[in-house]
Amino acid sequence: MKRKDFLYLTGMGFGGAMLSRIPVIGSPIAPEAALQGVDVALKKRMADVALNQARSKGASYADVRIGRYLNQYVVTREEKVQNVVNTESYGMGIRVLANGCWGFAATDKLDTDSIAQTAAQAVAIAKENARLQTEPVQLLPQKGYGEVSWKTPLEKNGFEVPVKEKVDLLLSVNDAAMKGGANYVSSVMFLVNEQKYFASTDGSYIDQDIHRIWPTFAVTKIDAKTGKFETRQALSSPRGMGYEYLIPRESDKIHGAPTTLYRNRYDMVEDARAAAAQAEQKLKAKSVLAGKYDLILDPTNLWLTIHESVGHPSELDRVLGYEANFAGTSFLTLDKWESKKFNFGSKNVNIVADKLQPGSLGAVGYDDEGVGTKQWDIIKDGVLVNYQAIRDQGHIIGLKESQGCCYADNWSSVQFQRMPNISLQAGKTPLKPTDMIKHVEKGIYIIGDSSFSIDQQRYNFQFSGQLYYEIKNGQIVGMLNDVAYQSNTQEFWNSCTAVCDQSDYRLGGSFFDGKGQPEQVSAVSHGSATARFNGVNIINTARKI
Amino acid sequence: MALLTQEEARALMQKALSFSKADECEININGGDTSNIRYARNAVSTSGSINRTSLVVSSAFGKKLGVATINEYDDASLRKVVERSEELAKLAPENPEYVPFLGPQTYAPQSKTFVPETAALNPKLRADMVQQSLQVAKDDNLTAAGYLENSTGFSAMLNSHGLFAYNTATDISFSVTMRTADGKGSGYSTKSYNDVSKMDTLALTKTAAQKASRSATAKALEPGKYTVILEPAAGIVLLEQLYGNLDARSADEGRSFLSKPGGKTRLGEKLVDERVNIYSDPSNPDLPTNSWNGDGRPQGRVNWIEKGVVKNFSYSRYWAQKKGVPAIPGPDGIIMEGGTQSLEDLIKGTEKGILVTRLWYIREVDPQTLLYTGLTRDGTFYIENGQIKFPVKNFRFNESPVIMLNNLEALGKTERTVSGESFQSALIPPMKIRDFTFSSLSDAV
Repeated sequence: MKRKDFLYLTGMGFGGAMLSRIPVIGSPIAPEAALQGVDVALKKRMADVALNQARSKGASYADVRIGRYLNQYVVTREEKVQNVVNTESYGMGIRVLANGCWGFAATDKLDTDSIAQTAAQAVAIAKENARLQTEPVQLLPQKGYGEVSWKTPLEKNGFEVPVKEKVDLLLSVNDAAMKGGANYVSSVMFLVNEQKYFASTDGSYIDQDIHRIWPTFAVTKIDAKTGKFETRQALSSPRGMGYEYLIPRESDKIHGAPTTLYRNRYDMVEDARAAAAQAEQKLKAKSVLAGKYDLILDPTNLWLTIHESVGHPSELDRVLGYEANFAGTSFLTLDKWESKKFNFGSKNVNIVADKLQPGSLGAVGYDDEGVGTKQWDIIKDGVLVNYQAIRDQGHIIGLKESQGCCYADNWSSVQFQRMPNISLQAGKTPLKPTDMIKHVEKGIYIIGDSSFSIDQQRYNFQFSGQLYYEIKNGQIVGMLNDVAYQSNTQEFWNSCTAVCDQSDYRLGGSFFDGKGQPEQVSAVSHGSATARFNGVNIINTARKI
Repeated sequence: MALLTQEEARALMQKALSFSKADECEININGGDTSNIRYARNAVSTSGSINRTSLVVSSAFGKKLGVATINEYDDASLRKVVERSEELAKLAPENPEYVPFLGPQTYAPQSKTFVPETAALNPKLRADMVQQSLQVAKDDNLTAAGYLENSTGFSAMLNSHGLFAYNTATDISFSVTMRTADGKGSGYSTKSYNDVSKMDTLALTKTAAQKASRSATAKALEPGKYTVILEPAAGIVLLEQLYGNLDARSADEGRSFLSKPGGKTRLGEKLVDERVNIYSDPSNPDLPTNSWNGDGRPQGRVNWIEKGVVKNFSYSRYWAQKKGVPAIPGPDGIIMEGGTQSLEDLIKGTEKGILVTRLWYIREVDPQTLLYTGLTRDGTFYIENGQIKFPVKNFRFNESPVIMLNNLEALGKTERTVSGESFQSALIPPMKIRDFTFSSLSDAV
């Protein structure tokens, strides 16, 4: 098989704080190469080679993922284009069950001999490790779907948009920030396309075409006299959408807050202009007085708190101890779920898991072990009612079928349990953030996400934001700085006294959520409306060195 | 493709270079195998093996650069990939920060980054190493979760100015978390080496097991400022935020903890306690790393912090050229000098303090002061009158490594450790620090 590998780049590689911890996986390709898919019939033939070889070597079950993973990164700072990178990663991962144990092998050589050799290697690994098993792997049953396909609903495929158009947009963003008084600005556009073909001995042949996009920037303002500097990052969210996310629409703007907020369309230039002004305001903002405050958390901030304090602890593999050596375990132990009355949060807290929500990062037709996706409750009226599980663990909580949460970030990575979209449902009673603020005596309104940290069982956390506004007697009275909120998960969610209505509901999300060994990233959305939390501990983060 | 020898790599890249018509052309080739076993709940959970190679061609016309990659190595494929990179370069906008490729370089003799015995590891040997670890769990009625990974790789580069570089490397990394059956105690241990003969999964598991057993039934102490002893696995995750952020450009631009008002920086100034000496040395036999970096620059010993003074910043080649200074690449193979005391000696010399095995979920809170938050994890103990008295509940900290290194009390013997955040290895001493800021308690075990 011939691969088309190109790179179109104009700089020295990724740099700057906003790009740290971002994996760049794949080989460079030309932009137009991304538009050429791989023939489905060919993928089926390759998959069958692997499945037949695995069976002949003694596998009781096998699945194959042929993946073409495309990334495009457009990176700029001020008036310069630093990088336009197109990467492709193409290969095959083969997972087998043999002697009751998993084995996995992957290769980027997709000729018949290499595929057969890789399948045999996966079986050999499984058999070698079987002596270390205490009990055989139990898989929940899964019907074969036959030959099916699924594609992210797109209005405008980002990979079809000329690079120049993207560069022009980012340079306009930078220009708006610089004209607004910023000293520095960097802006980035990430596009992802996963062309995934899954086949298994269950009889599924699933072809999927998944798209994601994340436009973001960081604006920096420096006070030359004091040497103090502040940044304000974009209030965009990564989305499971096409380029249409970047075509602003007035109906998707939320006015009334100290800055414009965005639903399903994002005005990047407008946000950059606001960011420059707000970075300057942050330099002059009052340093917060530590203590207890009622918090009004915008979805641009709350998504990350949901992700860390609800999403991760409700992963069944964490609960069971499969992540103990890296990400940790979970305080949501099985006994709490079995009791059917564990008070995770207040009655206002209803958390739903789903892999269906249009425009979300987690939306796919089928997961990476051939299970059709669905939606289910995790927290109902404040009570823990379910987890997130996959085929080899679902039996532990009595599931009859997997919840479809299996994912691998590349053909070369083994699939395992990853978070579906985990979202806080909007309140049923009509309520706008402006009305919510009117009833706060002493509080802080937090917009945007920043620093985040949580312990290995997801009890104690600390989060920061981009913008902090002091609320006194129902009024926003000014900007604050040096704010971080610390809490305990159960305490925090029980302090949730109100959630705004559906008109304020928005998606946030993580483009690069890390988990597993070797570490893999996944993308997941978290929706919510603005929510109120009473009596949360605020610390002051100002220091001198 | 198996590992290419130096001559095989050179011949392949020369062949590719012979097709070049660009002003400048640079070829990189790398590849290798990575294999792993992951286990949890006292059994294997996943295990796999991955093989990849890649040849990258960078072609430049003036300040316009194009890059293309391929993993097929016949003549026609090599010609095609070179032509593609040239097509892309012609289409690319000019990059004002483009710096031409390097000419021939002189590299220090390569330290021993490749160990044949590590390269020879197979599924059976890996399973044997994990079996030793699982046996400890069985014997001590504990629950083990761990990860063993070994990799073998090569990398080489050659360009039209005559630069040639080549190296091979092996690595084996192991980490294990042991938990008590009741979930009330947890212990951790980790190491990473080039040489498999140094990797003792049994001894490391026993250390983690001992910490797990000793850390059960932890008592809650009030958060506040404490004297702490940070074991190397704990210290590295804060230290790497310091030595990983010694970038000249961000300091010069006023966007770093190393910046000062008026466009000045802290270069040459005392930043931390005078007992702090941090340098990188790729030739160190205990931490051998590559004698050249990704863009072909030689990597030698660099003193970053000497007697508490910031001695050097790292530079991109563009920024160094702009500033008219040597282009020192970022640190690789970091060593922080220590003292002569063992960890036990540090404990004995502590009237009241906290022993910290590991820190977790480290995130920046304020880049201006290099303030980070995170938590203790997998073995946190109260020390009184030179003895470990009892386990304590985990804490959240809010601390800057700059402030931390100004509150230095004592340094122990340097040892090789690996960061649980970046997975980078370094030689780090255990550190005794006064007034370390714990801001809240965590119930996590």
